[in-house]
Order: sequence, then structure tokens, then C-alpha cells
Amino acid sequence: MLKRLLVIVLAAVCLATLAKAQDAATQATDDLGPMQQVLQEHADLIVESSRRTIGPAIDAVANSGLEAAQTVLEVWQARDMYQRIEDGLFFAAEETGDDIFTLTDFDTGVVVGEVPDDALEQIKPNSGIRSLIGTALVSFQLNDPDRAKRDEAISSLERRGNAELLTPLRNSIDGEPDPALKERKMRVERLMTITYDPDEDARIEAIEEMAGDLGVDVRATLNPLVATTIRVFPDGNVPADLNIAREVEPGSEELPVAEAYEMLDGPPMVSSDDLRATLQDNIVDGRVGGIPVAELFDPERREAAYGALVDAGTIPPRPTAEEAAQAVEDATFVAVYAEPNPAITAAANRALGKIDTNVGLNQFLDLGLDALSLGSIYFLAAIGLAITFGVMGVINMAHGEFIMMGAYTGYVVQQIIPNHTASIIVAIPLAFAVTFAAGVAMERLVIRWLYNRPLETLLATFGISIALQQLAKNIFGTQARPLTSPDWLGGSVVLNDVVSISTVRIAIFVLALVFLCVFLFIMKRTRLGLETRAVTQNPGMAGAMGINPGRVNMLTFGLGSGIAGIAGVAIGLYAQVTSEIGQAYIVQSFMTVVVGGVGNIWGTLLGAGLIGALHKGIEWFNPSNTLAAQTYMIIFIIIFIQFRPRGIIALKGRAAGD
Amino acid sequence: MNRSFIGRNPSILIFLLVLAIFTIGVTFMSEAFGAGMISTSFVKTLGKTLCLALVAVAMDLIWGYAGILSLGHFAFFGLGGYMIGMWLMYERTREIVESSMMEAPIPPTEQEIVDGIGNQIFGVVGSSEFPAVWAFADSLVLQLALVVLVPGLLAFVFGWLAFRSRVTGVYLSILTQAMTLALSLYLFQNDSGLRGNNGLSGLQNLPGLDDVSQDYVSMWFFWGSALALALGYVFAAWIVSGKFGSVIRGIRDNEARVRFLGYSVEGYKLFLFTVTAMIAGIAGALYYPQAGIINPAEIAPIASIYLAVWVAIGGRGRLYGAVIGAVFVSLVSTYFTGGQAPDINLGFYTIQWVDWWTILLGLSFVLVTLFAPQGIGGLFDLVSGRHHPDRHGADLGPDHGSLREEEAEE
Repeated sequence: MLKRLLVIVLAAVCLATLAKAQDAATQATDDLGPMQQVLQEHADLIVESSRRTIGPAIDAVANSGLEAAQTVLEVWQARDMYQRIEDGLFFAAEETGDDIFTLTDFDTGVVVGEVPDDALEQIKPNSGIRSLIGTALVSFQLNDPDRAKRDEAISSLERRGNAELLTPLRNSIDGEPDPALKERKMRVERLMTITYDPDEDARIEAIEEMAGDLGVDVRATLNPLVATTIRVFPDGNVPADLNIAREVEPGSEELPVAEAYEMLDGPPMVSSDDLRATLQDNIVDGRVGGIPVAELFDPERREAAYGALVDAGTIPPRPTAEEAAQAVEDATFVAVYAEPNPAITAAANRALGKIDTNVGLNQFLDLGLDALSLGSIYFLAAIGLAITFGVMGVINMAHGEFIMMGAYTGYVVQQIIPNHTASIIVAIPLAFAVTFAAGVAMERLVIRWLYNRPLETLLATFGISIALQQLAKNIFGTQARPLTSPDWLGGSVVLNDVVSISTVRIAIFVLALVFLCVFLFIMKRTRLGLETRAVTQNPGMAGAMGINPGRVNMLTFGLGSGIAGIAGVAIGLYAQVTSEIGQAYIVQSFMTVVVGGVGNIWGTLLGAGLIGALHKGIEWFNPSNTLAAQTYMIIFIIIFIQFRPRGIIALKGRAAGD
Repeated sequence: MNRSFIGRNPSILIFLLVLAIFTIGVTFMSEAFGAGMISTSFVKTLGKTLCLALVAVAMDLIWGYAGILSLGHFAFFGLGGYMIGMWLMYERTREIVESSMMEAPIPPTEQEIVDGIGNQIFGVVGSSEFPAVWAFADSLVLQLALVVLVPGLLAFVFGWLAFRSRVTGVYLSILTQAMTLALSLYLFQNDSGLRGNNGLSGLQNLPGLDDVSQDYVSMWFFWGSALALALGYVFAAWIVSGKFGSVIRGIRDNEARVRFLGYSVEGYKLFLFTVTAMIAGIAGALYYPQAGIINPAEIAPIASIYLAVWVAIGGRGRLYGAVIGAVFVSLVSTYFTGGQAPDINLGFYTIQWVDWWTILLGLSFVLVTLFAPQGIGGLFDLVSGRHHPDRHGADLGPDHGSLREEEAEE
């Protein structure tokens, strides 16, 4: 009995001791903060720092639901997490003195103390682990109160999606306070759904939702889905479980016969270069396969020599062209989708088709805007010419040099007035004044003596043109001078990923419109315009009415030249200013006037629009080759002149001059 | 009017005499056949100048006599150069390729040689295939025929289109300028088949004549150019001397009236346009082997305008005027732009002729147009005592191309 009692007592004591020990242990862990506990549970894994095994540790921290989780991950990723050697606890540490680290507790955020570095062990996650941590962090950052951090997290998802982040992303959408970020989150969610969602229906739904979207990101998401590789099945038996895009015909552009044959495991084909090399290696005493080397300039003798080598067993036989063709013929070539699910690829193809149509439409719009802006540049360059050539019948080859003078005026003004906006505002009227004066001087000194000799005018003004061009070269040098546009003209208006137009071009378009109105006003509403029209129609009669034709011609010529100067400033804003800047536009300007019809501003407008549209249209067919576009455009204009020799809008009656 | 063709045009005889004396003189002063007073490179310059004179004669025919200011004749000139350049380059490359391939252990096949030539010629534009335009490049006879046919055909098609729709005067000038620009832009492309902006080079080396020095080759071309100029001049004089000449002058002065008289104005113009384009092609084919290189920049519209400048300075409407203008302006240009002219020191500024020559040329051109519309050739009227028609200020004809009183000569 006593013995039994003793056993019981002993057992009780033991139990009590055990319980006490248990208690003590619990007490020890209870002292630690909850995050420290989580970390201690996975201490071995954390210290081991291996990319293969670290997963559960990161997950435990990330899914702990503790406030400190994000801080821990950030500190861990930044290699600032240290383990105290004496008790194995983890802290955020910062080197505050010479080999002295200040430790901060994760749970409470209070500074625990300072220790020398030999009491600590740094946790060194490698780059693989850090990227895993980063992924885990994103789900926190998506809900971070700091907007910049959320922005960064979304950007990181946009760059590289991740299947595991799909759920955290979805969860974060509802709580997003910033509407712009919310929109981005929803868009990334759709795109990630397309790539990562395990549910087929959800993916197809997302694909269909994004169909027709113009964003480059959508195309980048969809294109990998429909990427194919060409695979060959020599016996023609294609496994049924493959997601096959289509059968590929050997000999097509996609798969030339030679490439198709290479995909088969037959003996290699011998090219003529290989044949030559083989023959060269087998020259014996000036003969190859019994045929003298001197005869081998003949392709047939080369074949014969090769055949002899094969017969002699020196080299392995090669497939004939027929055998190769037969082998290719027998095999089946199919393009196989990397994506195994046919429903997904079909949906992706449909969506891409819709996107292509949409992109095409928008490209057309973009092209239209380009054409419009090019047309307005031609209009600006040609409007002065239309006045001198159209209204006065004088051909001014130096018109391009007036454009150049305007551009250089802008450049000089910018050297004096550093403020870009102010300098442009000063440069435009100054350019007008300079070229107006030059035009009047030229009219008085040269052109008025040549009014009844138009071909001589052409040559005399050409003489002035080359002299002015060389003069500009002597003064400003041959290198291009920049004419910087003010900041508010520097950007561009972006409608979507396809359609955009730079602000300078819009400004030039507006400028062209302004000049159209100014020109119309001068010609229709002012005394000068009335007199100009009278002199154009009949100089003698106009003179009899008391108009001074000489003065009118002088002012008209000055006006045309002045507008060329302003066009020069506008062109200089987006092109480099060189002494040849006018040459680049002079022929197109002549074309504009000739196509549009002489003596009519609306004709010039139509001509500029037609030439701009034509230029861009041809360029669209062959985008790599602007030279060809110009060639074809000029040929088109020559043919156009066949049908409307007097231009789109021709003067009728006496004003036409014949 | 029973006098012979030469009798009616004594200027032809004088011109041929001067040309002959000039040619013989240069021959006896050359390094190859004479005293060596004239360097080979200057013989080439003189030979090239004779070719320019020939194309200027063609320009005078079409502008001075028919009143069509064509800004495309230098394009025809360049096309002629390209045609002969293709043969020269092909044959020359074939020699090089063949000699290098013959050193290989196995003699090359015909195909390998052609491929090798293609690689050599088109390597610079990233291709090795022969484009279709090179189909006849291995035949001298065919390429020589193309020298005349290609410019002729282009001029025929363009002229037919332009004259048919009655494009005249300044419009026609602009249209020909556009044609020239289109052609040069086309040739600038790498896939035009003519080596893009690299052009054709090494044309001064005649195939098969490696051991003949350039001293002799340059003299051959000089003689050839002189002969071509003589023949071209006589041909042009013959064209303008007879009834045909009267008709085209009539077209220049009053096109409508000639048309109402029953002449096919378009036919006459088209014939003259095409023939002068062919003459220009021949001149170009002689010019570019002496220059050694041809590229699309040579064809740019400005070259054709310069051609008109020469004719105007020399005196349009007279054939010797065109020759004088071309020779005078191009030699003076060579003198000034070649850096031989001494600089003028003004104390505060030194005039370097390389920079200022173009300005002087441009301004003197304006002055000639304004004050001496007859050009240098007008000086001969003073010697020969010819009088201008006194029309009391009336024009010879209403058309834009017609001569005005102060520039008329007969």
C-alpha cells in the first residue's frame, strides 16, 4: 500500500514538476511578441536561407495577420534582420556606431538595446529569396496607406504578373480610395486573370472583356497565348491532344522547303558551297573522283565528280532534290499553340482580331492627323509662293531662301532673348519684317524689270537663291542650328497608345488656319486686296483707274515673302535650321501651287491637303522608305497634271490669261 | 537661198576650226603625246568641259530655239552616265572577281562568278542579287544602246504626257524639275538597283586596259568628247537651219499661230525634246568615265538649273553661245572652287573664293539676266555688225518662251 502511495506521490511530484516545466516554457514563449513567435517557429528555415525551403517561413510571416508583418518582410528583404546569438531572437538592426548595432523589436517597435556586432548573426537572403519576399510584400503594398507605395506595387505587377498575387490584388480593389489607382488595379486584374486564373471561363470572360482595347499591354498579354511553334510529324499522325493552330504548307514563306527538310531527321542536304568545299577536300593529284580539276568550272562536271566520290565510298551519299521533296511531302507540319486549351486560344484570336481592326482604324486616324499637319506645313510654305506665283505670275526660286531667312531670324532672336516663349513672340513679327524688306528689295531691284519674261525671272531668282544660300553658309556655318520651341509646345497630345500628335504640329496647324484667314481678309476686305485683284486681272485697266500697279506688285511681293519668313520660324521649330532648309520645301511648295491651281487660295489649301495626304498615304504603304514615297508622289502629280493642267481650281475667263 | 548648209552658217566652220585647234593644242601639250605642260587631271577637266558644252548645245536647242525651259536635261545626262557606268563597273568587277577566284583550288562556275560580282557591287547596299535593270550590263553594245534609249524613252514618255496636255512656260519648267527630283530621289534609294547614294564608282578604269596609263585613257576620252561635241554641234546646226528650225522658232515666238497654220506643235516639241535628251545621254556617257564616279546627287534639280545658267550666260538662241557659256562658267568655277584663286584681304575680312564664288556667280547671273540678255555671245554681234530688229518695244512673240526684243538676234 505504502509502496503504491509512494508511486502516486512520486508520479504527482513528477507531474507537478513537468507541469511546472511546461509552465515555465509557456511563460518563456508568452514573453515574446506574436511576430517573434512566428519567426521562432521558422527560425531554422530563416537561418538556413535556402530558396527551396524558405517558402513556408515567408508565407507564415505574410499570412500571420500581424501589423508587423510588412515591416519584417521589408527589413528582411533589405538584409537588415539580425539574430541575437545568445537567445536566437530576431531583431531589426541598424549600425549606429563603430561595429555597434541598435536593435529594434519587431512587435513593439521599441529599441531593445545596443550590442556589438559579434553578438549578432546577420540573416542574408539571396536574390532569389529577396524576390520571393518582394512578391509577398506586394500584397501588403497594394493596401499600404501610402499612395506612392501602392502605385509602385501596381507598377511592379504591370511589369511582371504573378499567379499568387491575383487573389491579394482582387481583395485590394474594393478598398482602393484613389480612383486612378483603382482603375489601374482593375486593368491589371483583368490582364492577370487572362494569364494566371486557373478557371477557364474566367479567363475567357476576361479576354472578351479586353477585346478591342488598344493598349500595348493587352496585346503583350494576348500574344503569348496565340504564339505557335512549328512541329513536324514525319508519319503524318498528329496527336489529338495538341492544340493545333493550323497546318503549315512547306514551301510557303513561313516555312521554305529547305527549312522544312532540316526539321526532318534525314541526311543533310548539300548546298553548292558545301559541294564545292567537299570537292576541294578530295583533290587527289589534280583530280576529283577521276575528273580533272580544270574541268570543274562546269556545274555538271562537279555533280559528276561528287557522284564518283559517293560511288567510291569516300563520302556519304546525299539526298537528291526529289528525295528531299518527297520526304517533306510525306511529313505533316503543324503550327502548335503553346497554350493547350483551344477555347482560350480561340477567344484570344477573336480578341486580337478585334484589336487589330481597332488599331487599324486608329492608325488611320493617326495617319489623317499626320497628313493634316504635313499639309498645313506645305500650306504655310506655299501660301507665300501662291501669292507671288499665282497672283503675280512671277516664279520666285528664292522663296525657299526666304523661308530660310525667317528660320535664321528666329535663331538669332533666340540667341538674344533666352526666354523661349518671349523669343518666339518677338521672332514671328521680326521674321515677317526681315523677309518683307528682302522681298520688296528684290522686287524693286530685279523682278520688276522682268515682268514680261517669266522664264528669265526663274533664272534670275535662282541666282539670288544660290547667293543667299551661300551667304547663310558663310555667316552661320554648315552645321544645323537649333531653334528650340517653348516648353508648352514641347509635349504631345496622346489620345491612346496609337494616336498621338505633337503640340508643335498642332500649333503649326493653327498658324496655317490663321494665315488662311489673314490672307482672305487682306484680299477680300482691304484696299490692297482689291487693288491686287484688279492688277492681277488687268494691269493696264487697273492703272487707268488710278491704281499704281508698281506699288501694288511691290507690296504683294513683300507680303508673300513675309509669310514665307513666318513659315520659316514655324518650320524651324520642328526641323533643324540649316542653309538648305528652304530647298527641302521649295519643290513641294511649287507642286502645291501647281496642283491647287494658280491664283486661288482655296486651290492652294486643297493642293496642300492633297499632297500632304498623298505623301502620308504612300508612306503608309511603304513606311521604311520616305524617298520612295516622294518619288511616287511626284509621279502621281505629273499624271494628275494630265487631267487638270490648270490645277484643282482653275481660273476662268480673262483672269486665266488666255 | 541656194547656198550650201555650211555657206549659210559660217559660224559652224569657225566653231569646228576653233575646236580642232584646241584639241590639237591640248594633245601636243598633254603628258601622253606632247610636252606635258597640261597635267592628266586637267586634260580630264577639259574633256569633261567639252561634254558639258555638248549638253549645253542640247539645252540651247530646246530652250533657245524651242522656248521650252527644261530643268531635266541634266537628269538625262546623268542617266547616260549611269548606263555606261553599269557596263564599266560590271566588267571591271568581273575581272577582279575572276582573277581572285581563279586562285582557288577549283575553278569557279559561271554562276559563282556572277554571284561574286553581285556581292562585290551590291555589298554596300546590303544585297548580292542583280536587279533586273542590270540585265544587259555584261554587253557593251547593249549598254551603249541604252545610253541613248533610256534618256530618249524617258523624255518621250514625259514629253508626250506634258505636251499633250499643253503644259507650257513656267508650268513645264516646274514639271520637268519635279521629274528630275523624282528621278534623283528614286536613285537615292538603296533598292533602286543602282547602289543608292553610293552611286557607281571606279569608272575611270577601262576593263581590259589595266596596263594603259590614265595619261592615255584621258586623251582618248578627250578626243572622243571633242568629236562628239563637233558632231553634236553640226547636227544641232543642221536641225535649226532648215524649215524645221523655222517651225520650232515659230513655236517659241507664237505657239498658237504655228498651230493654226496647221503644224503639229506637239510633234515638233516632242521630237526635239527626245532628241536633245539623247544628246544629253551621250554627253553624260562620255563625261562620267572621265569623272570616275556618278551618284544621284549629280542628277539633283540644281544641276539642271546650272545648265540653264550656262546657256543664258553664253547667250541663248545661238549654238556657239551655249558652248561658250558652258566652257567659260565651268572652267571659271573650277578655278575659283578649286582653291587656286588667291584670297583677297580687305583688312577687316579676307574673302576666300571657295566661300564667296557661289555668291559672285549668283549675283553676276542676275546682272547678266537684267543687263545683257544676249549673254557673252552678244559680243559677236558687235564684231559682225549685226543690227537688232527695231520693233519699237514690241515683243517678237507673246509666248513665255519667246525672245524679247533686246535678246533677239535675227
